[in-house]
Amino acid sequence: MTQTIAEAQKEIVEEFAFFDDWEQRFEHLIDLGKSHLDIPDEYKTEAYRVRGCQSTVWLHPELKDGRVVFQATSDAMIVRGLIALLLKVYSGRTPEEIASTPPKFVDELGLNEHLTQGRANGLASMIEQIKLYAVAFGQLEKSHFGNGKEQGT
Amino acid sequence: MPIAHDPRIDGKPATEPARGPFDVERVRADFPTLRETVHGDKPLAYLDNAATSLKPQCVIDTLNDFYTHDNSNVHRGVHTLSQRATFAFERARGKVKNLLNAESEKEIVFTRGATEALNLVAQSYGGTFLKPGDEILVSEMEHHANIVSWQLIQERTGAVLRVVPMDDTGELRMDEFHRLLGERTKIVSIVHISNALGTVNPIGEIVAAAHAAGAIAVVDGAQSVPHARIDVRAMDADFFVFSGHKVLGPTGIGVLYGKRELLESMPPWQGGGDMIDRVAFDGTTFNVIPHKFEAGTPHIAGAIGLGAAIDYLTRTGFDGIEEHEAKLLAYATERLLEVEGARIFGTAGKKAGVLSFNVGDLHPHDLGSIMDMEGVATRVGHHCAQPAMRHFGISATCRASLAFYNDEGDIDRFIAALNKAVRMLK
Repeated sequence: MTQTIAEAQKEIVEEFAFFDDWEQRFEHLIDLGKSHLDIPDEYKTEAYRVRGCQSTVWLHPELKDGRVVFQATSDAMIVRGLIALLLKVYSGRTPEEIASTPPKFVDELGLNEHLTQGRANGLASMIEQIKLYAVAFGQLEKSHFGNGKEQGT
Repeated sequence: MPIAHDPRIDGKPATEPARGPFDVERVRADFPTLRETVHGDKPLAYLDNAATSLKPQCVIDTLNDFYTHDNSNVHRGVHTLSQRATFAFERARGKVKNLLNAESEKEIVFTRGATEALNLVAQSYGGTFLKPGDEILVSEMEHHANIVSWQLIQERTGAVLRVVPMDDTGELRMDEFHRLLGERTKIVSIVHISNALGTVNPIGEIVAAAHAAGAIAVVDGAQSVPHARIDVRAMDADFFVFSGHKVLGPTGIGVLYGKRELLESMPPWQGGGDMIDRVAFDGTTFNVIPHKFEAGTPHIAGAIGLGAAIDYLTRTGFDGIEEHEAKLLAYATERLLEVEGARIFGTAGKKAGVLSFNVGDLHPHDLGSIMDMEGVATRVGHHCAQPAMRHFGISATCRASLAFYNDEGDIDRFIAALNKAVRMLK
């Protein structure tokens, strides 16, 4: 991962700045959704479903070399586009980075005001879930190291 | 207690004469929300009327006037404002009685909405009279309110919930209804008009059959009162429920109509002020109907606002409303079927102004979001009728639902927005 979390957010905001109106922004979001990779069916289960979304969203986290890698998708295309943006920002980051980085791009793009309330809530639910996983992995790592030290002394 | 005539709140007769032939342009002028623009300069095409109706200016003014001039509690005070409030509140009950053609105001209980009214019947009537093994008959197209309220009482009483299926047009399987209806059936609780599909059920036949089998009939009229003249006596419903906010009234007010002898036989559901006769620690006696079922301070302004809404509907005239909506539904159906890949769920022979649809495999949430950007308000989701969705093997639809203040221009903008959404998503 060459791009930092801040750079990723900045790039998204710049990318969307090209468009003049909501229609083009929505079209771009839909395009992102269409090209977003699907996730394995084994992750499309109740356990990985994000609650609070009107459409169905699955989010699968995995800790790889100290970084949280997310795979996620939805049955609705605009939501898939939003997921693509969220993963660009948050996937492959350390738990600490994820937990401490607010989704600035969401405000800067005016996404909340252009999404229906239900969808804005869904976006908030996804972000919350991403952060919860990060915090959980962060604690897991700490307790793992903690235990290791105790065993060592 | 006689209450003096007060010209401020009693300026208009309880039932007003019709305004002449139905004129959609004149009607639209009465609804200020129709002049709203959204997402910049997009005029609003409001097609979410099955969720809630818009309010005419006279209803908004009535609420404002009540809080400005007459605000007071009801049934409690000797002072002037309390008498005005009580008078207006009870007069609104009379308007509901007239709207439904009930026999008496005593048969009109104010609730928070149709949902609370159904829960009241389930808890109070069902909780008292249902025995283990008794059956409650509902249909596959019910709103969750008419399913879950019975499921809760089913657990408490040991009664069993049976479900009348529908066919693929969204019509009730009447053969199955008659087959399921038996001597164990004690309550038949069926929706008059389906909110998710628009089906108009043969409610007269259903009620008559229920009675012949020795059951009582509960009718969910949440979607029928806004669109057609209701006569609970002709229908012979034992209970009939509806929500104020779907019939041009405020949110938080609804109605339970119940036949007098049934309401009198039922215990109170909630305890508190207004519903008591005498309270003592060795035993409390209860007020007469309908007050027995209205514990606590009611939604006074809501009821009065609902009264104003009923006046407005009566003035506009149900004949004109029904004719206009039928024409508009036919036009909207024709236009929607021109959209490639559009499939309408709910194609019953007798249908009200509800168009539940999907386009190909496009997600209804995507369609709804893009249409919203064009100023078109629809509902997407399961419409609180998941079993009905399951029948068609889907989890959600997009729903355009009509009211008499919609016109062909609204439909044209809806179809244009839908075409745009389809183009963007394909």
